[in-house]
Amino acid sequence: MSGSLAFDEYGRPFIIIRDQERKSRLTGIEAHKSHIMAAKAVAGVLRTSLGPKGLDKLLVSPDGDITVTNDGATILKQMDVQHQIAKLMVQLSQSQDDEIGDGTTGVVVLAGALLEQAEKLLDRGIHPIRVADGYEMAATVACEHLEKISEGFKVTPKDREDLIRLAMTTLGSKIVNRCHRQMAEIAVDAIMSVADFDRKDVDFELIKVEGKVGGKMEDTMLIKGVIIDKDMSHPQMPKNIKDAKIAILTCPFEPPKPKTKHGLEVKSVEDYRKLREYELQKFETMVKQVKDTGANLVICQWGFDDEANHLLLQRKLPAVRWVGGPEIELIAIATGGRIVPRFEELTKEKLGTAGTVRELSFGTTKEKMLVIEDCNNSRAVTIFIRGGNKMIVEEGKRSIHDALCVIRNLVKDSRIVYGGGAPEISCSLAVAEAAKKISTLEQYAMKSFSEALESVPLALAENSGFAPIHTLADIKSRQIKEKNPRLGIDCLNKGTNDMKTQSVIETLSSKRAQILLAVQLTKMILKIDDVRGSADQVKKMP
Amino acid sequence: MVSLNPVQIFNAGAEEEKAETARLSSFVGAIAIGDLVKSTLGPKGMDKILQSSGGIQVTNDGATILKSIGIDNPAAKILVDISKVQDDEVGDGTTSVVVLASELLRESEALISQKIHPQTIITGWRKATDEARRALQSFARDNGNNEAKFREDLMNIARTTLSSKILTQYKDYFSKLAVDAVLRLKGSGNLDAIHLIKKSGGGLQDSYLDEGFLLDKKIGVNQPKRIENAKILVANTPMDTDKIKVFGSKVKVDAVSKVAELELAEKEKMRDKVNKIIKHGCNVFINRQLIYNYPEQLFADAGVMAIEHADFEGVERLALVTGGEIVSTFDAPESVRLGKCKLIEEVMIGEDKLIKFSGVEMGEACTIVLRGATKQILDEAERSLHDALCVLTQTVKETKTVFGGGSAEMLMADAVSKLAAKTPGKEAVAMEAYAKALRMLPTTIADNAGYDSAQLVSELRALHTAGKHTMGLNMKEGEVGDMEKLGITESFQVKRQVLMSASEAAEMILRVDDIIKAAPRPRQPDHRHH
Repeated sequence: MSGSLAFDEYGRPFIIIRDQERKSRLTGIEAHKSHIMAAKAVAGVLRTSLGPKGLDKLLVSPDGDITVTNDGATILKQMDVQHQIAKLMVQLSQSQDDEIGDGTTGVVVLAGALLEQAEKLLDRGIHPIRVADGYEMAATVACEHLEKISEGFKVTPKDREDLIRLAMTTLGSKIVNRCHRQMAEIAVDAIMSVADFDRKDVDFELIKVEGKVGGKMEDTMLIKGVIIDKDMSHPQMPKNIKDAKIAILTCPFEPPKPKTKHGLEVKSVEDYRKLREYELQKFETMVKQVKDTGANLVICQWGFDDEANHLLLQRKLPAVRWVGGPEIELIAIATGGRIVPRFEELTKEKLGTAGTVRELSFGTTKEKMLVIEDCNNSRAVTIFIRGGNKMIVEEGKRSIHDALCVIRNLVKDSRIVYGGGAPEISCSLAVAEAAKKISTLEQYAMKSFSEALESVPLALAENSGFAPIHTLADIKSRQIKEKNPRLGIDCLNKGTNDMKTQSVIETLSSKRAQILLAVQLTKMILKIDDVRGSADQVKKMP
Repeated sequence: MVSLNPVQIFNAGAEEEKAETARLSSFVGAIAIGDLVKSTLGPKGMDKILQSSGGIQVTNDGATILKSIGIDNPAAKILVDISKVQDDEVGDGTTSVVVLASELLRESEALISQKIHPQTIITGWRKATDEARRALQSFARDNGNNEAKFREDLMNIARTTLSSKILTQYKDYFSKLAVDAVLRLKGSGNLDAIHLIKKSGGGLQDSYLDEGFLLDKKIGVNQPKRIENAKILVANTPMDTDKIKVFGSKVKVDAVSKVAELELAEKEKMRDKVNKIIKHGCNVFINRQLIYNYPEQLFADAGVMAIEHADFEGVERLALVTGGEIVSTFDAPESVRLGKCKLIEEVMIGEDKLIKFSGVEMGEACTIVLRGATKQILDEAERSLHDALCVLTQTVKETKTVFGGGSAEMLMADAVSKLAAKTPGKEAVAMEAYAKALRMLPTTIADNAGYDSAQLVSELRALHTAGKHTMGLNMKEGEVGDMEKLGITESFQVKRQVLMSASEAAEMILRVDDIIKAAPRPRQPDHRHH
């Protein structure tokens, strides 16, 4: 192999790379082929999950835990992937998830198709860089075209109906679509209550998605408030508090611990008694300080011992202990209270208020949760998901998250395209058209790009049980004939191909990000022409 | 040529099963689990022996069986999970839910081999589930307002639940026990307040419900063993030595005499505490934590009965029963609510001494003492009774009932079949399959009892089609019978949960077309034994 061995001026060989023979190495076209194979394999796994009729994947973790999901990002994250290019695909889907939150399956399928097409071009002797350049040009054309066919969308708190349809498109492929509309409504309502329309932003911190196994999916609800997985610190405290005034504390009900290192030595009986007095007094004052502000519920980040607990009970001051940091913050936001780090600083103004605080208990087990609702500031909401088993609840959480992301994107950028593969077909036509005007080699790359875009509607048609090529050809010709970019695959057999009538809606930002991210990754993979594995990796490879 | 080599994208040890193989593997796993627990279904179902390092268990309870078997198949794990959820949620029907889900999958296997797309089957199933639920709901009866009738319902439900368990011989007796216990809760549904004490010896029929409360603890030495009109202080406080809670403090003295003084001071502190406790005017002191010899002696001197180390649940229950509050500070005797009861005495059950609180103020809690010949019998009796109690509390919350003996299933199957007949399209086939799976439950019940299931179920089907929806299987006589007359009743809540959970799980498994197993985490070599 070249490059690994050199000769000095006396003709003696010397080694540039150590242990050359024990390292794996792929170069040139071999490397490209191998990468494309791996990427295709990953895309192949996800292909059947695309669309409303897509199927789920069952993933078993190294510890034997089970995940059943339809979400591309989750599937790839949990797949035990070792191949380096496959890992890149996993990251691709991850970045779509982080950026957009939806379309994680589509982006991988598209990237796989782009690489598949690139392979054909490489076989014809076109240099990988030229292919990459052609893809880049095509992507620009496609994105411009997307913007052209996109439509403005009114996002106002009053206009729920359209948003619900958007959320339903996202949820359509998930198992939660048995209560399709309900879930979509929950997601829309959640976003609407926290969205900031002036800044065009949605703070996800304010939406908490909690799940609890049991009940049925129809019991899933949106709570305008906070749920915490805790119960009252003393079993005899009231389980239901109306008009709660909440003191939110981050200090324990304990004698203060000075930060500086100190030692307190008990030298005589006097000292011992004094200490005893001091302790007693301390507890009394602490409870009194809280009580004086008029609070009737204490939420404490730390614990307190039995004595403090009883003292609180006796003074009729219900309390919750060991509430986690993020929950404390949410409670503070929801109730409009301030988080108070010291008892001395507690004042009336710093208390939070809530209409009701109640304890929820579940089934035959002793598990309990605390619901704080009817808050001053209804901007913190909790989506509480129920389901017959653990996997459904987990999948429900992921699906709701996807739906939330999509609606948020629409709040940020209110342009939409229609789904069902319609934008892909339309872009594919536009790119093919543009390719004809290019006089260089890139023309071929752009043609391939246009073919790759068709892979998404193809997969959709295939998963829905149609003859894929026949369906696609039909829609393509109709799109040109009727000049209607909204025609797509009729996955649900509703009898019309117009996605506007079917109200299958996706956001422009999601589609654009899919194309851009897929092209970026393809370019990156095409640019790699040499892979070196380290020695120990070789050992692992069978 | 490298490109001819297969490209491996997974880690070594990871596996992937695709399409048909994946489906086959989940069907096989789910059906195997279904068949495993199938034989325990119904009044004539059989038990299983579960062997583990901790000894053996004999049980008829689906959740317990499934919990104890190690499973590798992912679909099977899903079924185990729904059975567990069923147990947590309603407490009974743990076997039925697994059997129904596995029967659904068995039916879908046939549909898949006819090349019907899983999504089409799911669409059909969803419609079928809705229809079945609607039928169940419209048929459910609600006697919640009529107390006498509701009690009769509860008795029937308890009898039906217990008839498939080890307690079947004494089911009338235990039904009464369970119903009494649950009605005492007055709708609070807090099963904690019902205390089950197992004592081996005697026979199952020697079990009884104690109106009062039994605590499996000892009374301190030299203290009164019997107190009438007891005033009880329930506490949770350290009675060994009080630690100083101020951070960073420690005792440092320079002479032995000072140590003695400090010790005295400590003793004094304890004595103060005891005095304060006695000042509450109590004559019984029950503490969650230990009571050391010194305070114990002080209590004995004052003629106060002191019981130490009652665990947390014991203390909570006691507080519930006697109406006292759980106390940890003793500075404000006037504001502490003391618990009361008429009589506290020591009683003997078998060979053990227990403390009995009778004539308690709040009648919400009670104790059921179970007697039985062996540990296995006792454990199984406890599980059975627990199931019955769970179902009863659920029924108290949701007072609707339906008829058992397979009649509810036949009713739903009938409704689904009718809907299928009206539905054009492939979904109808899936709905037919759903109805068939529902009919498998009565079939299994009949099979387990050794009767001719084909004959019985077809008779039943004909009756249901004719609109006689109270008909079900009479397993005593091996014939179809009117469930209303036989009094075989089940909770609506349980039946609905079985239906919903089973279809959810079956749908979930059916949707899977790819199983990806990560390489099992390599175990750390065990260095403990050399």
